[in-house]
Amino acid sequence: MQEKLIEFRNVSFRYADEQPWVLKNCSFTINQNESVAIIGHNGSGKSTIAKLMNGLLFAQEGEILINGKAVNEQTIWDIRKAVGMVFQNPDNQFVGTTVQDDVAFGMENRGIPREVMIKRIDRTLQAVGMQDYRLTEPHRLSGGQKQRVAIAGVLAVSPQVIILDEATAMLDPKGRQEIMKTVSELQEKQNISLITITHDLREVVQAQRVIVMNQGGKWMEATPREIFAKKADLRQIGLDVPFVAILADELKQLDIPVSGKELNHEELLEELWTLHSSM
Amino acid sequence: MDITFEHVSYIYQENSPFAHKALDDLSFHIPSGSFVAVIGHTGSGKSTLIQHLNGLVRPTHGKVSIGDFQLAKGMKPKNIKELRSKVGIVFQYPEHQLFEETVAKDIAFGPANFGVSEREIQRRIKEIIPMVGLSEELLTRSPFDLSGGQMRRVAIAGVLAVKPEILVLDEPTAGLDPRGQKDIMDMFYTLHQKQHLTTVMVTHSMEDAAKYADHILIMNKGKKYMEGAPKDILIQEEALNAVHLDVPEIIAFMHHFEKKFGVELPFENQTPKQLAKQIQQLIGGRLRNE
Ligand SMILES: Nc1ncnc2c1ncn2[C@@H]1O[C@H](COP(=O)(O)OP(=O)(O)OP(=O)(O)O)[C@@H](O)[C@H]1O
Ligand SMILES: Nc1ncnc2c1ncn2[C@@H]1O[C@H](COP(=O)(O)OP(=O)(O)O)[C@@H](O)[C@H]1O
Ligand SMILES: [Mg+2]
Ligand SMILES: [Mg+2]
Repeated sequence: MQEKLIEFRNVSFRYADEQPWVLKNCSFTINQNESVAIIGHNGSGKSTIAKLMNGLLFAQEGEILINGKAVNEQTIWDIRKAVGMVFQNPDNQFVGTTVQDDVAFGMENRGIPREVMIKRIDRTLQAVGMQDYRLTEPHRLSGGQKQRVAIAGVLAVSPQVIILDEATAMLDPKGRQEIMKTVSELQEKQNISLITITHDLREVVQAQRVIVMNQGGKWMEATPREIFAKKADLRQIGLDVPFVAILADELKQLDIPVSGKELNHEELLEELWTLHSSM
Repeated sequence: MDITFEHVSYIYQENSPFAHKALDDLSFHIPSGSFVAVIGHTGSGKSTLIQHLNGLVRPTHGKVSIGDFQLAKGMKPKNIKELRSKVGIVFQYPEHQLFEETVAKDIAFGPANFGVSEREIQRRIKEIIPMVGLSEELLTRSPFDLSGGQMRRVAIAGVLAVKPEILVLDEPTAGLDPRGQKDIMDMFYTLHQKQHLTTVMVTHSMEDAAKYADHILIMNKGKKYMEGAPKDILIQEEALNAVHLDVPEIIAFMHHFEKKFGVELPFENQTPKQLAKQIQQLIGGRLRNE
């Protein structure tokens, strides 16, 4: 049986009494050592979910459990040790005067010994490719560089789950792949969970499971393959499918019998090759 | 308005131990009416480049001309306000651009600052809100109580409300959902054509560069790395990979296809539909008769 790490039970949330509900009766589970993508149109409630997970916000209705413990004012400090988060906008998350201070900050808060800290600063800045910027002031970095440092800061405290809320949106394509590779490796090797909130369909493909949000409610929860087979429905709610799915769809319309379930180039090319050589 | 950079260098914190050369001897010319995509790895100088376009920063060396406006070191900037009314920039982080109490006031700030009448401003807001995919009920909300994607749309609305002649977009679709990305890009493109704008767009989306730009400028470490028409630049997989970039996914797929099937499949800005047709011909004209 998989161990539950995060559980949302019938959660509803609004930012103020007179405002509309932003999350409506949302239930889902994130397991230990699992990688999950959360997708949805702008304003569908993704960042709100992330903030509820580490106690930046509290739900008016329903329950949120982390390691079986309810998130509330008494538990948030423990919960924040378990839940590391990188936000959409990197500027709001810097506290240190240099890059290395900034990475150290979270560790100091957790009373991690100095020798360990120094090692982890090295290791995490290396992992995100920012080792040459240790002494730079964070506000002098470019947007993508800031995002890398923020990710290093979270990696350094070894949480049980890392939430990336559009954390790679400002990176160049290769930088994005590298960061995703780094965090995926960590996720696999160190038994942590990874929650990626993203509009990048190529990142979604890499997740084991996808939660699709629509107007504050969970619209669907399935594997990337199952999700991306629903092209018309996804487009209806403002989303899209990856290039490979679009091309497979066009091929099908020409009566080429591909499966329509391919997630990457290799899979589609392999099918085409089989069709080609069977003729 | 034409945009010309002549040997432009820009150094952050010059004469300090932290001096950092963000632009290095950069020269290029953009004729009025172009749609240019500026592409490059993070930190390559893209945002620094576009801050020169409305005089937010001035070159440390070299000269920038925008229409009749000139920017160079030590020059007293003449008519900088006029320049800023003509060059609208949507910055990389929209939330930095927002500061008013309500979304409506935020959008009105730019045009009011440039002397546009209240009535005209209200008219423009009515026109622009649906264009950027916002709903009118957000107008009375605080811009800080919005989702990331909604903030970006407000920032875009504020810039469009000034009706600039040069539209500068720093990663304009980052943070937008897939439909939002397409809608906003189509909107910029229509505006670009209808109002004869010059558009400069920083982007990481090679797809958008292929689809909308007529000229591409690739930056690497503060220098110009490549420049030219999309169909010539975007196919150069090795050269692009070398500076942290990708080719558009359709081109990557075509390259993979060529390798696997040992055929030639040249890029002609195909749509997926057209590519499917070509693939059909290449692998299985006979399939249909089975
Ligand atoms: N601080 C706030 N006060 C009031 N309403 C808010 C606040 N933050 C977000 N909202 C509203 O809550 C809804 C959900 O916002 P949320 O930030 O969770 O969306 P999201 O799915 O992350 O969107 P995006 O893809 O644009 O980042 C939106 O309608 C938004 O306007
Ligand atoms: N305010 C600043 N002070 C010092 N250096 C900066 C500042 N802003 C950017 N830089 C540096 O200049 C280079 C180019 O940054 P930027 O133009 O933001 O890149 P891009 O937009 O291509 O990601 C980067 O190396 C960055 O660290
Ligand atoms: Mg969000
Ligand atoms: Mg930038």
